[in-house]
Amino acid sequence: MGNEKLDQLYRSVIMDHYKTPRNKGVLESSNVTIDMNNPTCGDVIHLTLQVEDDIVKDAKFEGEGCSISMASASMMTQLIKGKNTEDAVTAAHAFSDMMLGKDIDDSMDFGDIEALTGVAKFPARIKCATLPWKAMEKGIASDSE
Amino acid sequence: MLNNDIRKDFPILDQEVNGHPLVYLDSAATSQKPRQVIEAIANYYQNDNANVHRGVHTLGNRATEGYEGARETVRKFLNASSTEEIVFTRGTTTALNLIAQSYGRANISEGDEILITYMEHHSNIIPWQQLAKATGAVLKYIDLEEDGTLSLEKVSDAMTDQTKIVSMMYVSNVLGTMNPIKQITEIAHAHSAIMVVDAAQAAPHLKLDVQDLDCDFLAFSGHKLCGPTGIGALYGKKALLNEMEPIEFGGEMIDFVGLYDSSWKELPWKFEGGTPIIAGAIGMAAAIDYIESIGLGTIEKHEHELVAYAMEQMKTVEGLEIYGPRDSSKRAGIVTFNLEGVHPHDLATVLDMNGVAVRAGHHCCQPLMKWLDVSATARASFYLYNTKEDVDRLVEGLRMAKEYFQ
Ligand SMILES: Cc1ncc(COP(=O)(O)O)c(C=O)c1O
Repeated sequence: MGNEKLDQLYRSVIMDHYKTPRNKGVLESSNVTIDMNNPTCGDVIHLTLQVEDDIVKDAKFEGEGCSISMASASMMTQLIKGKNTEDAVTAAHAFSDMMLGKDIDDSMDFGDIEALTGVAKFPARIKCATLPWKAMEKGIASDSE
Repeated sequence: MLNNDIRKDFPILDQEVNGHPLVYLDSAATSQKPRQVIEAIANYYQNDNANVHRGVHTLGNRATEGYEGARETVRKFLNASSTEEIVFTRGTTTALNLIAQSYGRANISEGDEILITYMEHHSNIIPWQQLAKATGAVLKYIDLEEDGTLSLEKVSDAMTDQTKIVSMMYVSNVLGTMNPIKQITEIAHAHSAIMVVDAAQAAPHLKLDVQDLDCDFLAFSGHKLCGPTGIGALYGKKALLNEMEPIEFGGEMIDFVGLYDSSWKELPWKFEGGTPIIAGAIGMAAAIDYIESIGLGTIEKHEHELVAYAMEQMKTVEGLEIYGPRDSSKRAGIVTFNLEGVHPHDLATVLDMNGVAVRAGHHCCQPLMKWLDVSATARASFYLYNTKEDVDRLVEGLRMAKEYFQ
């Protein structure tokens, strides 16, 4: 049985983030808290951010979901830490584009996150990957209100 | 076991998915359609298509005969005493909403109790939530036994003098359990409550007899019993349907229309506003003819054997947990499970890459998922066209997923 196509989805970087998630937990010092779920499959994420002077100082997540959603959450929190909120939102939009199979701006330094490009070929799984990013976007929007 | 030749009736099964012969184990979501059904629908559109109950031309007569003939097929299928008791709807969901909105609004008031269970599908929960909110009635849940079955004691205990409606699934789309509907109907009637049966998962697999069950309403969907999507039926006792107001108004359902007031047609047409689902009804009747030609008893037996075999084989996969009764004879053809270390979505993706279609998620049963204390599960469901080889392919895929995610 060939696993080539599976390997395109479950790149080793993704499995690494799934098995040893970064920034897992709840931030004591958070000033932004977001809960989001994916109603079609039951995935849930609890994201806590510490935003000061428009900078994401720290981020942590808790959640329950598949390897794709949890790895995506781990990578997302890693990326946005230290970024200003505007850049974080831009990254969320670029990530959405990537999931739609669109080419993304070269200036976007996604690093590990590019391993998730394979998800675009699995339409049923795109929502898994975008859930943490949607949560982050919503959190930042609520903070700037 | 049914002969593998049955598979030849289902053209869709003869294909490769991701480089492997398709194994379709998602019939509880929707079943596949035999050629006999596809041809009945094509034949209707190619030869007989016209609107029904109007006009005098020949095609109109043929379409009307096809549509009303389908109603007679459904009547016999359910053993209802009259076609006046058979209302065509878009499916189970629409039928349950019709009961809640029409019967419910007219007969339920503040303090009345509506009784359902934790295992219900969202379509047998939300219409009652809405009714309770609108009327001030109380929605109550009957607790389940540890293995997910329902005991008559708990049903009796939950009944009070305020209980006006008991609504319940016949067969669970998650646990595969079969509820003792006949006995529960007796209990409901002893308390002067009406009994509503969600037969979405029962109609494809069990012989139904509404007179023997003595339930007041029963709903099912065509697409789960080899028929097309977009059609289903509501059975209701004539005395109840007669008293009920339509919830959709327009053409087809009226008797006289005045400027400020109108009157309705007799049963069952007063509940079928607008041009009906003609091709759907004809397709569903062809599906009923098809499954009856094989025999519901035969289908049920086939599924029992498959489920017994599946549970036995799945138990050999390390870390696999099956929800619901251990005893396979207590189940229809449904096995819901989780594999340790592999989220059900990942599992479904790995299986799909091997040509095996299963469902992953909450299966429209969030309260039941909460009761089971899981966020999601995977489900394999079997129908008349599935084989032991399909089970073997599933188990092979499970082992592979286990290894892949190690
Ligand atoms: C037990 C049960 N009830 C109700 C429904 C709803 O049926 P439909 O979506 O055809 O209206 C389903 C189907 O998913 C079901 O399994």
